[in-house]
Amino acid sequence: MAPKDIIDTLAGIEPGSTLDAIRARRLQARENAQKSYLSLFEPIDAGDFSLAERAAVAAFVTGLHGESPVAAFYREKLAANADGAALIEPIQVEIARGKTSGPYGAFPAGPLSVENKAGLIYRVSAERKPQLGARLVAAFEHAHLLVFRPRDAASADMKALLAAGWSTTGIVTFSQLVAFLSFQVRVVSGLRTLAAASA
Amino acid sequence: MSTVNPPVVFTQDELGWVSWIDPLPEAELTERHFAGLVDRARAKSEYFRLLVRDPEVLEARTKTDKDIFYNVADGLPRAERELAAAATSRYNGCIYCASVHARFASTYSKRREDVQRLLDEGVGADLGERWNAVVKASVALAETPIAFGPDNIAELRRAGLDDAEIVDVINGASFFNWANRLMLSLGEPSK
Repeated sequence: MAPKDIIDTLAGIEPGSTLDAIRARRLQARENAQKSYLSLFEPIDAGDFSLAERAAVAAFVTGLHGESPVAAFYREKLAANADGAALIEPIQVEIARGKTSGPYGAFPAGPLSVENKAGLIYRVSAERKPQLGARLVAAFEHAHLLVFRPRDAASADMKALLAAGWSTTGIVTFSQLVAFLSFQVRVVSGLRTLAAASA
Repeated sequence: MSTVNPPVVFTQDELGWVSWIDPLPEAELTERHFAGLVDRARAKSEYFRLLVRDPEVLEARTKTDKDIFYNVADGLPRAERELAAAATSRYNGCIYCASVHARFASTYSKRREDVQRLLDEGVGADLGERWNAVVKASVALAETPIAFGPDNIAELRRAGLDDAEIVDVINGASFFNWANRLMLSLGEPSK
Protein backbone atom coordinates (compact mmCIF):
# COMPACT_ATOMS: atom_id res chain seq x y z
CA MET A 1 0.00 0.00 0.00
CA ALA A 2 1.36 3.40 -0.98
CA PRO A 3 1.87 5.95 1.81
CA LYS A 4 -0.44 8.98 1.91
CA ASP A 5 0.44 11.61 -0.66
CA ILE A 6 -0.42 15.28 -0.77
CA ILE A 7 -3.79 14.70 -2.48
CA ASP A 8 -4.74 12.09 0.15
CA THR A 9 -3.78 14.53 2.89
CA LEU A 10 -5.70 17.45 1.39
CA ALA A 11 -8.76 15.34 0.46
CA GLY A 12 -8.81 13.39 3.75
CA ILE A 13 -8.36 9.98 2.08
CA GLU A 14 -7.29 7.27 4.54
CA PRO A 15 -5.27 4.16 3.64
CA GLY A 16 -7.58 1.20 3.07
CA SER A 17 -10.59 3.38 2.17
CA THR A 18 -12.61 2.93 -1.04
CA LEU A 19 -11.08 6.04 -2.61
CA ASP A 20 -7.58 4.89 -1.67
CA ALA A 21 -8.27 1.64 -3.57
CA ILE A 22 -9.65 3.54 -6.57
CA ARG A 23 -6.63 5.86 -6.66
CA ALA A 24 -4.35 2.80 -6.54
CA ARG A 25 -5.78 1.73 -9.91
CA ARG A 26 -4.21 4.86 -11.46
CA LEU A 27 -0.85 4.44 -9.82
CA GLN A 28 1.19 6.30 -12.44
CA ALA A 29 -1.17 9.28 -12.24
CA ARG A 30 -1.10 9.16 -8.45
CA GLU A 31 2.71 9.03 -8.30
CA ASN A 32 3.18 11.74 -10.89
CA ALA A 33 0.64 14.14 -9.41
CA GLN A 34 2.84 13.83 -6.32
CA LYS A 35 6.04 14.29 -8.35
CA SER A 36 4.48 17.37 -9.97
CA TYR A 37 3.84 18.82 -6.54
CA LEU A 38 7.37 18.02 -5.37
CA SER A 39 9.09 19.33 -8.49
CA LEU A 40 7.17 22.62 -8.14
CA PHE A 41 7.57 23.11 -4.39
CA GLU A 42 10.86 21.27 -3.71
CA PRO A 43 12.65 21.86 -7.02
CA ILE A 44 16.23 20.94 -7.87
CA ASP A 45 16.85 24.55 -8.88
CA ALA A 46 14.77 27.50 -7.67
CA GLY A 47 17.00 30.09 -9.38
CA ASP A 48 14.33 31.41 -11.75
CA PHE A 49 11.44 31.28 -9.25
CA SER A 50 12.27 31.34 -5.54
CA LEU A 51 10.65 29.09 -2.97
CA ALA A 52 9.13 32.12 -1.22
CA GLU A 53 7.65 33.31 -4.53
CA ARG A 54 6.25 29.84 -5.22
CA ALA A 55 4.59 29.71 -1.81
CA ALA A 56 3.25 33.26 -2.23
CA VAL A 57 1.72 32.51 -5.65
CA ALA A 58 0.27 29.24 -4.33
CA ALA A 59 -1.33 30.96 -1.33
CA PHE A 60 -2.82 33.61 -3.61
CA VAL A 61 -4.09 31.17 -6.26
CA THR A 62 -5.64 28.65 -3.89
CA GLY A 63 -7.12 31.48 -1.81
CA LEU A 64 -8.83 32.84 -4.93
CA HIS A 65 -10.66 29.49 -5.19
CA GLY A 66 -12.21 30.08 -1.75
CA GLU A 67 -11.27 28.97 1.74
CA SER A 68 -10.50 25.23 1.84
CA PRO A 69 -8.00 22.78 3.32
CA VAL A 70 -5.92 23.38 0.17
CA ALA A 71 -5.83 27.16 0.72
CA ALA A 72 -4.94 26.63 4.39
CA PHE A 73 -2.15 24.23 3.42
CA TYR A 74 -0.45 26.69 1.07
CA ARG A 75 -0.94 29.59 3.47
CA GLU A 76 0.91 27.53 6.10
CA LYS A 77 3.64 26.74 3.60
CA LEU A 78 4.08 30.47 3.03
CA ALA A 79 4.07 31.16 6.78
CA ALA A 80 6.84 28.58 7.22
CA ASN A 81 9.08 30.40 4.72
CA ALA A 82 11.38 32.98 6.32
CA ASP A 83 10.79 35.43 3.46
CA GLY A 84 7.12 34.54 3.13
CA ALA A 85 5.55 35.07 6.54
CA ALA A 86 5.36 38.86 6.13
CA LEU A 87 3.39 38.36 2.91
CA ILE A 88 0.49 36.48 4.51
CA GLU A 89 -1.48 39.57 5.45
CA PRO A 90 -1.08 41.53 2.20
CA ILE A 91 -1.96 38.36 0.26
CA GLN A 92 -5.13 37.84 2.30
CA VAL A 93 -6.16 41.41 1.46
CA GLU A 94 -5.39 40.87 -2.23
CA ILE A 95 -7.36 37.59 -2.29
CA ALA A 96 -10.39 39.43 -0.93
CA ARG A 97 -9.98 42.11 -3.60
CA GLY A 98 -9.53 39.55 -6.39
CA LYS A 99 -12.33 37.11 -5.60
CA THR A 100 -14.87 36.68 -8.38
CA SER A 101 -16.46 33.92 -10.49
CA GLY A 102 -14.98 32.40 -13.61
CA PRO A 103 -14.28 31.42 -16.27
CA TYR A 104 -14.94 34.66 -18.15
CA GLY A 105 -13.19 36.63 -20.88
CA ALA A 106 -13.23 37.19 -24.62
CA PHE A 107 -13.00 34.78 -27.54
CA PRO A 108 -11.18 35.64 -30.78
CA ALA A 109 -13.34 38.15 -32.69
CA GLY A 110 -15.90 36.27 -34.78
CA PRO A 111 -18.90 33.98 -34.26
CA LEU A 112 -17.83 33.21 -30.68
CA SER A 113 -17.90 36.88 -29.67
CA VAL A 114 -21.53 36.45 -28.54
CA GLU A 115 -20.16 34.25 -25.75
CA ASN A 116 -17.78 36.94 -24.47
CA LYS A 117 -18.27 37.55 -20.78
CA ALA A 118 -16.93 40.64 -19.04
CA GLY A 119 -15.46 40.50 -15.56
CA LEU A 120 -12.90 41.85 -13.15
CA ILE A 121 -9.52 42.80 -14.60
CA TYR A 122 -7.58 42.47 -11.37
CA ARG A 123 -4.66 44.72 -10.54
CA VAL A 124 -2.71 44.70 -7.27
CA SER A 125 -3.60 47.72 -5.14
CA ALA A 126 -1.08 50.56 -5.01
CA GLU A 127 -0.67 50.21 -1.23
CA ARG A 128 0.43 46.55 -1.47
CA LYS A 129 2.84 46.98 -4.37
CA PRO A 130 5.87 47.94 -2.24
CA GLN A 131 5.28 44.95 0.08
CA LEU A 132 5.00 42.46 -2.77
CA GLY A 133 7.64 43.85 -5.13
CA ALA A 134 7.52 44.13 -8.92
CA ARG A 135 7.95 40.42 -9.66
CA LEU A 136 5.10 39.28 -7.40
CA VAL A 137 2.85 42.14 -8.50
CA ALA A 138 3.21 40.99 -12.12
CA ALA A 139 2.86 37.35 -11.06
CA PHE A 140 -0.35 37.95 -9.08
CA GLU A 141 -1.96 39.92 -11.89
CA HIS A 142 -1.13 37.16 -14.37
CA ALA A 143 -2.14 34.40 -11.93
CA HIS A 144 -5.54 36.05 -11.51
CA LEU A 145 -5.95 36.03 -15.30
CA LEU A 146 -4.98 32.34 -15.42
CA VAL A 147 -7.42 31.43 -12.66
CA PHE A 148 -10.48 33.36 -13.86
CA ARG A 149 -10.07 34.39 -17.50
CA PRO A 150 -7.43 32.23 -19.17
CA ARG A 151 -8.99 32.81 -22.60
CA ASP A 152 -8.07 36.51 -22.31
CA ALA A 153 -4.34 35.68 -22.30
CA ALA A 154 -2.30 37.50 -24.94
CA SER A 155 1.35 37.83 -25.92
CA ALA A 156 1.42 41.21 -24.13
CA ASP A 157 0.95 39.34 -20.83
CA MET A 158 4.21 37.47 -21.44
CA LYS A 159 5.93 40.78 -22.14
CA ALA A 160 4.63 42.18 -18.84
CA LEU A 161 6.18 39.28 -16.93
CA LEU A 162 9.48 39.60 -18.79
CA ALA A 163 9.50 43.34 -18.08
CA ALA A 164 8.96 42.67 -14.37
CA GLY A 165 12.13 40.56 -14.26
CA TRP A 166 10.82 37.06 -14.97
CA SER A 167 13.03 34.87 -17.16
CA THR A 168 11.48 32.72 -19.89
CA THR A 169 12.19 29.59 -17.83
CA GLY A 170 10.75 31.29 -14.75
CA ILE A 171 7.55 32.06 -16.69
CA VAL A 172 7.25 28.40 -17.70
CA THR A 173 7.59 27.15 -14.12
CA PHE A 174 5.31 29.88 -12.78
CA SER A 175 2.64 29.02 -15.40
CA GLN A 176 2.98 25.32 -14.56
CA LEU A 177 2.57 26.10 -10.86
CA VAL A 178 -0.66 28.06 -11.33
CA ALA A 179 -2.01 25.51 -13.82
CA PHE A 180 -1.03 22.56 -11.59
CA LEU A 181 -2.81 24.14 -8.61
CA SER A 182 -5.90 24.59 -10.80
CA PHE A 183 -5.78 20.80 -11.24
CA GLN A 184 -4.91 19.89 -7.67
CA VAL A 185 -7.61 22.02 -6.04
CA ARG A 186 -10.22 20.40 -8.34
CA VAL A 187 -9.10 16.82 -7.78
CA VAL A 188 -9.17 17.41 -4.03
CA SER A 189 -12.60 19.04 -4.17
CA GLY A 190 -13.96 16.30 -6.45
CA LEU A 191 -12.65 13.46 -4.30
CA ARG A 192 -13.96 15.11 -1.10
CA THR A 193 -17.37 15.48 -2.71
CA LEU A 194 -17.37 11.84 -3.82
CA ALA A 195 -16.29 10.62 -0.38
CA ALA A 196 -19.06 12.65 1.27
CA ALA A 197 -21.64 11.28 -1.20
CA SER A 198 -20.56 7.72 -0.39
CA ALA A 199 -20.58 8.07 3.39
CA MET B 1 4.60 35.75 -35.93
CA SER B 2 3.12 37.12 -39.15
CA THR B 3 2.27 33.56 -40.21
CA VAL B 4 -0.18 32.97 -37.37
CA ASN B 5 -3.74 32.45 -38.60
CA PRO B 6 -5.82 32.05 -35.44
CA PRO B 7 -9.03 29.98 -35.65
CA VAL B 8 -12.13 31.91 -34.54
CA VAL B 9 -14.42 28.93 -33.97
CA PHE B 10 -14.13 25.56 -32.21
CA THR B 11 -13.17 22.85 -34.66
CA GLN B 12 -12.14 19.19 -34.88
CA ASP B 13 -9.58 20.10 -37.54
CA GLU B 14 -5.87 19.75 -36.78
CA LEU B 15 -4.39 23.04 -35.60
CA GLY B 16 -0.86 24.25 -35.07
CA TRP B 17 0.31 26.13 -31.99
CA VAL B 18 2.80 29.00 -31.86
CA SER B 19 4.67 30.01 -28.71
CA TRP B 20 4.77 33.63 -27.53
CA ILE B 21 8.08 33.09 -25.69
CA ASP B 22 11.19 31.22 -26.77
CA PRO B 23 11.15 27.42 -26.70
CA LEU B 24 14.52 25.71 -26.28
CA PRO B 25 16.18 25.10 -29.65
CA GLU B 26 16.25 21.39 -30.54
CA ALA B 27 20.05 21.51 -30.72
CA GLU B 28 20.26 22.53 -27.05
CA LEU B 29 18.29 19.58 -25.66
CA THR B 30 20.23 17.32 -23.29
CA GLU B 31 19.35 13.91 -21.83
CA ARG B 32 17.74 15.71 -18.88
CA HIS B 33 15.43 17.45 -21.35
CA PHE B 34 14.65 14.24 -23.24
CA ALA B 35 13.68 12.62 -19.92
CA GLY B 36 11.30 15.55 -19.42
CA LEU B 37 9.81 15.15 -22.88
CA VAL B 38 9.08 11.43 -22.14
CA ASP B 39 8.55 10.78 -25.89
CA ARG B 40 11.61 11.89 -27.87
CA ALA B 41 9.38 12.79 -30.83
CA ARG B 42 7.96 15.63 -28.75
CA ALA B 43 11.23 17.49 -29.40
CA LYS B 44 9.61 18.49 -32.71
CA SER B 45 6.80 20.34 -30.89
CA GLU B 46 7.25 24.02 -30.01
CA TYR B 47 4.88 23.60 -27.07
CA PHE B 48 6.86 20.79 -25.49
CA ARG B 49 10.21 22.44 -26.22
CA LEU B 50 8.91 25.44 -24.30
CA LEU B 51 7.63 23.41 -21.32
CA VAL B 52 10.86 21.39 -21.23
CA ARG B 53 12.57 24.48 -19.85
CA ASP B 54 11.43 22.87 -16.58
CA PRO B 55 12.02 19.20 -17.41
CA GLU B 56 11.10 17.69 -14.03
CA VAL B 57 7.69 19.39 -13.97
CA LEU B 58 7.03 18.46 -17.61
CA GLU B 59 7.94 14.81 -17.05
CA ALA B 60 5.63 14.48 -14.04
CA ARG B 61 2.84 16.37 -15.84
CA THR B 62 3.14 14.18 -18.95
CA LYS B 63 3.04 10.93 -16.98
CA THR B 64 0.02 12.14 -15.00
CA ASP B 65 -1.72 13.03 -18.26
CA LYS B 66 -0.96 9.71 -19.95
CA ASP B 67 -2.26 7.58 -17.08
CA ILE B 68 -5.44 9.61 -16.63
CA PHE B 69 -6.31 9.30 -20.33
CA TYR B 70 -4.63 6.17 -21.67
CA ASN B 71 -4.88 3.70 -18.79
CA VAL B 72 -8.12 2.01 -19.78
CA ALA B 73 -7.43 -1.24 -17.89
CA ASP B 74 -10.66 -0.44 -16.05
CA GLY B 75 -12.86 2.54 -15.32
CA LEU B 76 -14.36 5.03 -17.72
CA PRO B 77 -14.12 4.31 -21.49
CA ARG B 78 -11.52 6.44 -23.27
CA ALA B 79 -14.22 8.24 -25.29
CA GLU B 80 -15.80 9.67 -22.16
CA ARG B 81 -12.48 10.76 -20.67
CA GLU B 82 -11.86 12.63 -23.92
CA LEU B 83 -15.38 14.06 -23.70
CA ALA B 84 -14.55 15.44 -20.24
CA ALA B 85 -11.37 17.00 -21.68
CA ALA B 86 -13.21 18.48 -24.66
CA ALA B 87 -16.07 19.86 -22.53
CA THR B 88 -13.64 21.45 -20.07
CA SER B 89 -11.71 23.01 -22.96
CA ARG B 90 -14.93 24.24 -24.60
CA TYR B 91 -16.04 25.87 -21.35
CA ASN B 92 -12.68 27.45 -20.50
CA GLY B 93 -12.31 28.59 -24.09
CA CYS B 94 -9.24 26.64 -25.25
CA ILE B 95 -9.81 26.20 -28.98
CA TYR B 96 -6.56 24.25 -29.43
CA CYS B 97 -7.15 21.75 -26.59
CA ALA B 98 -10.78 21.32 -27.62
CA SER B 99 -9.74 20.48 -31.19
CA VAL B 100 -7.39 17.69 -30.11
CA HIS B 101 -9.70 16.11 -27.57
CA ALA B 102 -12.87 16.52 -29.61
CA ARG B 103 -11.09 14.54 -32.35
CA PHE B 104 -10.16 11.84 -29.84
CA ALA B 105 -13.71 11.78 -28.46
CA SER B 106 -15.05 11.33 -32.01
CA THR B 107 -12.54 8.59 -32.83
CA TYR B 108 -13.26 6.54 -29.71
CA SER B 109 -17.03 7.12 -29.53
CA LYS B 110 -17.89 7.14 -33.27
CA ARG B 111 -20.26 10.02 -32.38
CA ARG B 112 -18.59 12.76 -34.40
CA GLU B 113 -21.84 14.71 -34.93
CA ASP B 114 -22.59 14.81 -31.21
CA VAL B 115 -19.04 15.95 -30.46
CA GLN B 116 -19.40 18.66 -33.10
CA ARG B 117 -22.63 19.84 -31.43
CA LEU B 118 -20.71 20.24 -28.17
CA LEU B 119 -18.24 22.48 -30.03
CA ASP B 120 -20.89 24.40 -32.01
CA GLU B 121 -23.63 24.82 -29.39
CA GLY B 122 -21.41 24.78 -26.29
CA VAL B 123 -21.67 22.83 -23.07
CA GLY B 124 -25.48 23.11 -23.01
CA ALA B 125 -25.87 20.84 -26.06
CA ASP B 126 -28.16 17.85 -25.35
CA LEU B 127 -25.99 14.77 -25.91
CA GLY B 128 -28.05 12.15 -24.07
CA GLU B 129 -28.18 11.33 -20.35
CA ARG B 130 -24.73 9.81 -19.91
CA TRP B 131 -22.76 12.38 -21.91
CA ASN B 132 -24.80 15.24 -20.45
CA ALA B 133 -23.84 14.07 -16.95
CA VAL B 134 -20.13 13.94 -17.89
CA VAL B 135 -20.26 17.38 -19.55
CA LYS B 136 -22.14 18.93 -16.62
CA ALA B 137 -19.71 17.50 -14.09
CA SER B 138 -16.76 18.80 -16.15
CA VAL B 139 -18.30 22.28 -16.34
CA ALA B 140 -19.00 22.35 -12.60
CA LEU B 141 -15.37 21.40 -11.94
CA ALA B 142 -14.11 24.09 -14.32
CA GLU B 143 -15.93 26.88 -12.53
CA THR B 144 -14.12 29.03 -9.99
CA PRO B 145 -15.19 28.76 -7.21
CA ILE B 146 -15.61 25.06 -7.99
CA ALA B 147 -19.30 24.23 -8.39
CA PHE B 148 -19.00 20.43 -8.42
CA GLY B 149 -21.28 18.97 -5.78
CA PRO B 150 -23.41 16.01 -4.62
CA ASP B 151 -25.92 16.66 -7.43
CA ASN B 152 -23.19 15.98 -10.00
CA ILE B 153 -22.29 12.71 -8.28
CA ALA B 154 -25.96 11.67 -8.16
CA GLU B 155 -26.40 12.49 -11.83
CA LEU B 156 -23.28 10.53 -12.85
CA ARG B 157 -24.49 7.55 -10.81
CA ARG B 158 -27.95 7.71 -12.39
CA ALA B 159 -26.23 7.67 -15.77
CA GLY B 160 -24.56 4.38 -14.79
CA LEU B 161 -21.09 5.46 -13.64
CA ASP B 162 -19.57 3.71 -10.64
CA ASP B 163 -17.21 5.46 -8.22
CA ALA B 164 -14.04 4.45 -10.11
CA GLU B 165 -15.51 5.89 -13.31
CA ILE B 166 -16.51 9.07 -11.48
CA VAL B 167 -12.90 9.42 -10.32
CA ASP B 168 -11.84 9.16 -13.97
CA VAL B 169 -14.22 12.03 -14.81
CA ILE B 170 -12.84 14.10 -11.92
CA ASN B 171 -9.24 13.39 -12.97
CA GLY B 172 -9.81 14.01 -16.68
CA ALA B 173 -11.76 17.23 -16.21
CA SER B 174 -9.38 18.52 -13.52
CA PHE B 175 -6.35 17.75 -15.66
CA PHE B 176 -7.71 19.94 -18.44
CA ASN B 177 -7.89 22.88 -16.08
CA TRP B 178 -4.12 22.42 -15.99
CA ALA B 179 -3.64 21.88 -19.74
CA ASN B 180 -6.00 24.67 -20.88
CA ARG B 181 -4.19 27.30 -18.81
CA LEU B 182 -0.81 26.46 -20.36
CA MET B 183 -2.06 26.27 -23.95
CA LEU B 184 -4.08 29.48 -23.65
CA SER B 185 -1.44 31.60 -21.99
CA LEU B 186 1.94 30.64 -23.47
CA GLY B 187 1.02 30.88 -27.13
CA GLU B 188 -1.83 30.62 -29.59
CA PRO B 189 -3.37 28.21 -32.09
CA SER B 190 -2.90 28.66 -35.80
CA LYS B 191 -4.83 27.11 -38.70
